[in-house]
Amino acid sequence: MYPLRPALQSRKRGARMDYNRPMRLPTTNMKKLAAAALGTLIAGGAAMAQTPADKPRAIPGMAERMAACIACHGKEGRATADGYYPRIAGKPEGYLLNQLQSFRDGRRRYPMMNYLLGHLSDDYLQQIALFFADQHPPYPPPVPADVSATVLERGRLLVSQGKPAQGIAACASCHGAGLTGVQPGIPGLLGLPRDYINAQLGAWRNGERTAKAPDCMGEIARALSPEEINAASSWLSSQPVPADYAPERVLPKPLPVACGSMPGSSASAGAAR
Amino acid sequence: MNRTLRLGLGILLGSVLAVVALAGGVIAWQSLRSEDPGVVVPVTDHQAQLAKGQYLARAGNCMACHTVRGGAAYAGGRALPTPFGTIYTTNITPDRANGIGDWSADDFWRALHHGRGRDGRFLFPAFPYTSYTQLSREDSDALFAWLRTLPPVNKPNRSHDLRFPTTKRPLLGLWRAFFFTPAVYQPDPARSAQWNRGAYLVRGAGHCSACHSARNVVAASIAPLDLAGGMIPSLDWYAPPLHGGEHGLGGWSEADIAALLRTGVSPRGTSLGPMSEIVGRSLQYLNDEDINAMAVYLKSLPAQPLPAASAAAQPEPAEAERIIKQGKKLYGELCVDCHGGKGQGSAPDYPPLAGNHAIGGPQPVNAIRAVLNGGFPPSTAGNPYPFGMPPFGPQLSDQEVAALVSYVRNSWGNQGGFVSASEVNRYRSVPLD
Repeated sequence: MYPLRPALQSRKRGARMDYNRPMRLPTTNMKKLAAAALGTLIAGGAAMAQTPADKPRAIPGMAERMAACIACHGKEGRATADGYYPRIAGKPEGYLLNQLQSFRDGRRRYPMMNYLLGHLSDDYLQQIALFFADQHPPYPPPVPADVSATVLERGRLLVSQGKPAQGIAACASCHGAGLTGVQPGIPGLLGLPRDYINAQLGAWRNGERTAKAPDCMGEIARALSPEEINAASSWLSSQPVPADYAPERVLPKPLPVACGSMPGSSASAGAAR
Repeated sequence: MNRTLRLGLGILLGSVLAVVALAGGVIAWQSLRSEDPGVVVPVTDHQAQLAKGQYLARAGNCMACHTVRGGAAYAGGRALPTPFGTIYTTNITPDRANGIGDWSADDFWRALHHGRGRDGRFLFPAFPYTSYTQLSREDSDALFAWLRTLPPVNKPNRSHDLRFPTTKRPLLGLWRAFFFTPAVYQPDPARSAQWNRGAYLVRGAGHCSACHSARNVVAASIAPLDLAGGMIPSLDWYAPPLHGGEHGLGGWSEADIAALLRTGVSPRGTSLGPMSEIVGRSLQYLNDEDINAMAVYLKSLPAQPLPAASAAAQPEPAEAERIIKQGKKLYGELCVDCHGGKGQGSAPDYPPLAGNHAIGGPQPVNAIRAVLNGGFPPSTAGNPYPFGMPPFGPQLSDQEVAALVSYVRNSWGNQGGFVSASEVNRYRSVPLD
């Protein structure tokens, strides 16, 4: 009914995907799990005293509970070599929570995600966001882009300067100078597959992906041509990821556009109501 | 010759006219028959009435159908796929223009008990008035009173997208003549109060038969009180039998049933697909007494024969052996860590597959969809952080899924029959609601 992602449509059925890990999902020796859970409970109990009230306490056994996620998003959410499903490890917690809620509530459409998250509580989605935000597995080397140097340069310029004539801000002006993302709501842009970036900007253009109003990325995506999107995604996906790649703690300066998904940014404060 | 032809035509025409006249008479009777207004009970404690109404709205899961994903609660718009087209649920907030703002308690009773709109039109039985008719007038009034307290939402109703003959509402009069009799639940004096409460909830507000009994070609439940299980039309999930027989809940204790209804997980099985919605939005909010009453009632239902199996051909012995071998290998790679070497699972987090009728029963669709798309039971107060089944669809071919499901359905005492790759392929895409 709904098209599978492009990479899958062309893949021959029967050929196993080239995952960069054995597909042995939860390594659950039940006793080990029980022991680990007990250990975490005790440790958690000790840590609880210092935990601030507004920060949720991690629950035990999250890796095992998340077997459904790592099937596509890879071990610890590091992504797989399949070239579409994005890495979710180490993304800002607020960004992950926004995406989980958007999938559950239909603001963002991807049938598998809409289905899987349909009946999970905000409390659980918060735990899931916390869990994957805390994972920091290494990044694989970048995939070289199979486009011309001209296209790559156009992509680099779009990412670093935007389209000043049309008033379209550069990626780097919100996602951080190092494109690392900013806590709590803005994701990093490196280490993602080109197909995934293209699909997201395309989804914003045709309304399949929306975010809390004002939906800044929707406006930006609609102002870009398919060629510009491909140039930017080709450049982004072919960049190496620095060893210390992590979201910035705070916005260095106010966002140039209003974004409902970034709390505390001056632009979103009034508009989110 | 000519005379014979003329006679034949005359008889034919006469028969057609007679059938049309009869149908017209039935429809007229359905339209004009007197309607029982029920026994209105004067309300003294309005707060108690509202609390009861809210509880009944949960028990009936009104919100699930009358709310679109991410939309305003009870403002309608959710698409209900049916074999006759798509029905869009209506706005039941107290908005005067689009909802039930101008309705009276009598109008509401007419819809709930008689299956008719405020203007008398026959309602489509996608609205399960064939079950809700069992509610007492007192409960109908409580539900109405509570719905009136919701914030009104100014959201217009969307017209249904139906095909002939369903586009002609008066024809529903014929359907009603065959399949619907308005009747409030009458307690069985030979049974306990607990049993009767369970029966009232299961048959009435809970409308369990809407899914857990098979439907005929005109979408009427066949023997709704038997709860013998069946395919859910258009949703393509299999709702397993709920009676107390061997193929139903016979092997389940009342505590097992109550656990599944209240938390979504149990030692015997885990909710999946549409049942996760029922538990997540409705059953988890019912009190222990009511959940236990439902379990007692379900266990008491007499055994029924299994619904018809899907017609997958049993492969030749050599081929069957090859499929089982391949399925066993895949099971050892992908499933054994959670579901165990004998399909015993590790309840409540990983459900057993051995003796699990939703998986090894006459229909393979739930097993196929579980393997392809995985799933989470709902977050509930009793199980706030459920374990998830991974979707293996992106990783396995149709043939591999068929082998894996065939292995599970024919192991550890399961006798579910084989599954073909083309059957798997039918369920590959995840439907978007």
